[in-house]
Amino acid sequence: MSADLKPLTGANMAPDTPVLSVQDLTVAVRTQGGLLPLIRNISFDLARGETLAIAGESGSGKSITSLAIMGLLPPPAVRVTGGCIKLGDRTLTGMPEPELRAVRGNRVAMIFQEPMTSLNPVMTIGTQLIEAIRAHEPISRAAARRQALEALSAVRLSEPTRRMGQFPHELSGGMRQRVMIAMALALKPDVLIADEPTTALDVTVQREVLDLLRDLQASHGTAILLITHDMGVVAEMADRVVIMRKGVIEETGRVDDIFAAPQQPYTQALLAAVPRMGQGGRAVPRPDAPVVAELRDVQVRFDLRGGVLNRVTHRVHAVEGVSLDIRAGETFSLVGESGCGKSTIARAIVGLVPHTGLIRVGDQTVGTMTAQARKRLSAATQIIFQDPMAALDPRMTVGDQIAEPLLIHGTGDATSRRARAAALMEKVGLTTAQLDNYPHEFSGGQRQRICIARALALTPKLIIADESVSALDVSVQARVLDLLRSLKDEFGIAMLFISHDMAVVENISDRVAVMHLGQIVEVGSRAQIFGNPQHAYTKRLMAAVPIADPRAQRPDTPRMSGDIPNPVHPAGAIVARHLMQEVTSGHMVAVPG
Amino acid sequence: MTAATTNTRAVPESAWTRLRRRKMAMFGLALVILIVGAAILAPWIAPYDPFEQKFDGLTMFGEPLPPGGAYVLGTDLLGRDLLSRLLYGARTSLIIGVVANGIALVIGTVIGLTAGFFQGWIGAILMRFTDLMMAFPALLLAICLAAIFQPSLWIVAFVIAMVNWVQTARVIYTETSALAARDFIAAERTLGASTPRILFKHILPHLVPMIIVWGTLGISTTVLLEATLSYLGVGVQPPTPSWGNIIFENQTYFQSAPWLVFFPGAAIVVLALAFNLVGDALRDVLDPTLRGSD
Repeated sequence: MSADLKPLTGANMAPDTPVLSVQDLTVAVRTQGGLLPLIRNISFDLARGETLAIAGESGSGKSITSLAIMGLLPPPAVRVTGGCIKLGDRTLTGMPEPELRAVRGNRVAMIFQEPMTSLNPVMTIGTQLIEAIRAHEPISRAAARRQALEALSAVRLSEPTRRMGQFPHELSGGMRQRVMIAMALALKPDVLIADEPTTALDVTVQREVLDLLRDLQASHGTAILLITHDMGVVAEMADRVVIMRKGVIEETGRVDDIFAAPQQPYTQALLAAVPRMGQGGRAVPRPDAPVVAELRDVQVRFDLRGGVLNRVTHRVHAVEGVSLDIRAGETFSLVGESGCGKSTIARAIVGLVPHTGLIRVGDQTVGTMTAQARKRLSAATQIIFQDPMAALDPRMTVGDQIAEPLLIHGTGDATSRRARAAALMEKVGLTTAQLDNYPHEFSGGQRQRICIARALALTPKLIIADESVSALDVSVQARVLDLLRSLKDEFGIAMLFISHDMAVVENISDRVAVMHLGQIVEVGSRAQIFGNPQHAYTKRLMAAVPIADPRAQRPDTPRMSGDIPNPVHPAGAIVARHLMQEVTSGHMVAVPG
Repeated sequence: MTAATTNTRAVPESAWTRLRRRKMAMFGLALVILIVGAAILAPWIAPYDPFEQKFDGLTMFGEPLPPGGAYVLGTDLLGRDLLSRLLYGARTSLIIGVVANGIALVIGTVIGLTAGFFQGWIGAILMRFTDLMMAFPALLLAICLAAIFQPSLWIVAFVIAMVNWVQTARVIYTETSALAARDFIAAERTLGASTPRILFKHILPHLVPMIIVWGTLGISTTVLLEATLSYLGVGVQPPTPSWGNIIFENQTYFQSAPWLVFFPGAAIVVLALAFNLVGDALRDVLDPTLRGSD
């Protein structure tokens, strides 16, 4: 179907013979009602040195496709019921397991989303690499060790010799994913299947891993099958794209064509929903609005104990001297990478973690509170968590859960509470007929709407959205963001929006604070931060965001090497606080040094 | 039909309907009702006095009679009717199985829940105490307790409960601490929910399946522990029959009179199986996340 499309890289290979060819692949799951197809008639070719992206939202069948190629479909219920998968001239479908095992790893390798669960936690990196190599090649331990070291250097891991003796938990997420890539590439496979390889990583780390994959592909000529939901990653990495939806292919084409002129309505809608930098909505700074939440010199530290006497040896300085004001009706965003302390601030504001310093919401000071004051605080501030499935009690109907805050606060009687729950359900775009359903009967986006309805029940002054849209598909994400925005305007609620996603933040915020290692390094209006970033870290964050436009040119950013700094300090250590300097009115930047 | 129906009436009608669709559960329920009925009606349906040593209950050589004839299940070493003793023994064994097990479940749940939810020094003390009880040989503890108190049916039940709550506490503790760390509990706190509300409305319902499983598993272990205690002379005192002490009175004659061990043994197995079937089905039926999948 695409033989006329020459691969863009790896030009020294014969262009016409695909290294991997999938034809009419159908995978079905056996249920009580017979065979239920998960993917239907999937066909694509992958040429040598090419990157083909399979993009789609959750439930589109993209991961099932990759598992089918690897022969890793969960037996016995799920299996290939039609079509064939060819690797070079060998047919993989129907191949007996021992032969498949030789192909797997040797000629087709795979890296997964979560490197921690793919590595054995009780074996050193070196042992695992050596074992993987020796399982496929009959070479001596010493030779395998040399090969492993080479592979670790190839993925630009600092101090490869020391890494060989370390255990997976001693490495950061980005380093673990590099180890997985090293393991996958050590055997020089023809095809590398990368299933959401950077989804669990921070944006700056994602940047490095993507750069690495691209460099390795150029030097090895490996064909990459990239499975992802992130259109930004697709635009940057892929030569060709397959868009999947509900188990079928919606559209196939060169990446430039797909992004420039998508043919199918679904592809158009999908691309339109992708949040992009530089197209934020209207921002309304409200310098005169009353302050809803006030934080002054807030500190949160967690003790790490060790030694014979179990004394505090180190402390995690999760939040270190943060001061900020959130005004009525505005959306204030906290942005930063994992471990920067942004979620800890959220939890401190609602009183879930103890803090020092002052946090005041409305007229309530968080901290030393009586049960009465705690109740008043919970009426004033509500939090929406990242994973709506985890934030809802699976054994309670959603109607009861939305009405529960009213019950706790003794508002109304059973009938009026149920009426209010029904009204809230409609407000967030669900139907009242679903009141008696349980959380598992809803989709991810609907569940997040339920959490929003529950948070609105007490008409709080401040809503904290802690990565509330990060787990959702982009089209769902766009709709939930719209909902949050309109509800905020309707009720005049202030919102503290916490996210790692710069594009989403730019879309929704009025004011933005950038956090790094527990401290705010830059704060200002949306226009100030995104139009005129001052701090080096802010600039690096923005440069790292994948751009959902294959024609976009990105300047080369310096690659980070060595250890990533972390906020763990020995007990008693004094951490240098940033001094803030005003650049323009309301735009504060940490002074370097 | 008493105990089981009231249990399921407490939950929405659909649970009972769904329970009725499960053949195995209905079979288990029928067995439970049969055994409970037999125990209650023992004075009326037992063919003989369980304590009376029948003159014609032994052969000419003083051997017990095999099953068949006037004594349906045969007689024991003293010439007493085995069927009558089993029927009366069901009363003892059920009381031990239900009461002792019930006390053990309550103690275990309370301790595990408290320790798991509050953690800190309360949790540390409670769990170290649990570990201590676990490390202490159960039988030795039971013998000590039974020696201190005058042996009676209720004391035996109490002693068995004191030994059996430990495993439940451990399991409930682990489950509770995992639950307490989940986001929906954090969400409840931010809604201003009081601790009792979180404990009883949001944690306890999640523990019900585990409690049911341990409760049904516990029935066979408690019945057997009672048998062990009886054997050691600190359990239910002869001549009161219990399934356990019938086995142990007669086990040395297993070669020559196997029915004396086989029938009470089978009774224990059937009792445990019946409760397990019902418990398993209850666990599934009461779980809303499995609704519609049965």
